Amino acid sequence: MNWVSIGSAALMIAMLIFIFPRMRQAMKESPKGSSEDWKSFMIPLVAVIAFVVFLIMMVRS
Amino acid sequence: MLENQSVASRPVESVLSTNKVIRSTYQLLSMTLVFSGVMAYLSIAMQASHGMGLVATIAGIVMLWFVLPRTANSAAGIPVIFAITGLLGFGIGPMVAHYLAINPSIVMTALGGTGVIFLGLSGYAMTTRKDFSFMGGFLMVGMFVIIGASLLNIFLGIPALSLTVSAGVIMIMSGFILYETSSIIHGGETNYIMATASLFLSILNLFSALLHLLGALGDD
Repeated sequence: MNWVSIGSAALMIAMLIFIFPRMRQAMKESPKGSSEDWKSFMIPLVAVIAFVVFLIMMVRS
Repeated sequence: MLENQSVASRPVESVLSTNKVIRSTYQLLSMTLVFSGVMAYLSIAMQASHGMGLVATIAGIVMLWFVLPRTANSAAGIPVIFAITGLLGFGIGPMVAHYLAINPSIVMTALGGTGVIFLGLSGYAMTTRKDFSFMGGFLMVGMFVIIGASLLNIFLGIPALSLTVSAGVIMIMSGFILYETSSIIHGGETNYIMATASLFLSILNLFSALLHLLGALGDD
């Protein structure tokens, strides 16, 4: 394992430590979404997935 | 009568203020993206090593965590955001150089794809004006899991896990673009420097994950 991998691992551990309290706070404070809200999130997400699949197929052809 | 005028003018002021934040955010975002691109080009031209890229990325993240929150409410926030985006752009240079050496069209496709996804999601959030604040907890948990999986894969080196992480990053960053854009529209984010930093990070992560995915799956 080279020093770049060790440095990357250290950076990720620091990120996890930094994010953890923010994640807990966000989980407590975020309003609960209704099924309609989640549907409005799933529509663009499915479109993004379809677009990425299209890009992969385009690059492969 | 005066009371009525005051009540009626409040939403107008709020809309004007929101429009100003949106305009300032997109202006600053476009400038920082161009600057970041110039720094990435410089990194490629200098043939910067992955180690140099990592050092620049760490410097950018340290500034993002500790310097930007203290300067975002003042004029000092502008040079700080340029320094952060420049360092992160320089940091991504060695990875872009790697894929340019393999197949330059992959880099162009990832760049165009990132632009289309960002504009599409921003357009969706702006036209529907839906409030995506409910996604905050979900996105933070998703990001925590993705970083944990990336960390694990440094030691395990499983290609399938690496691809799964990239696919996950694309979905989480797409969610962050919707969340942040909706937050600006609904007045949750009133600081255009912080909004720019958040959108810039989403775009950068989206681009690097898409580049990785296209680089890995684009070849038979």
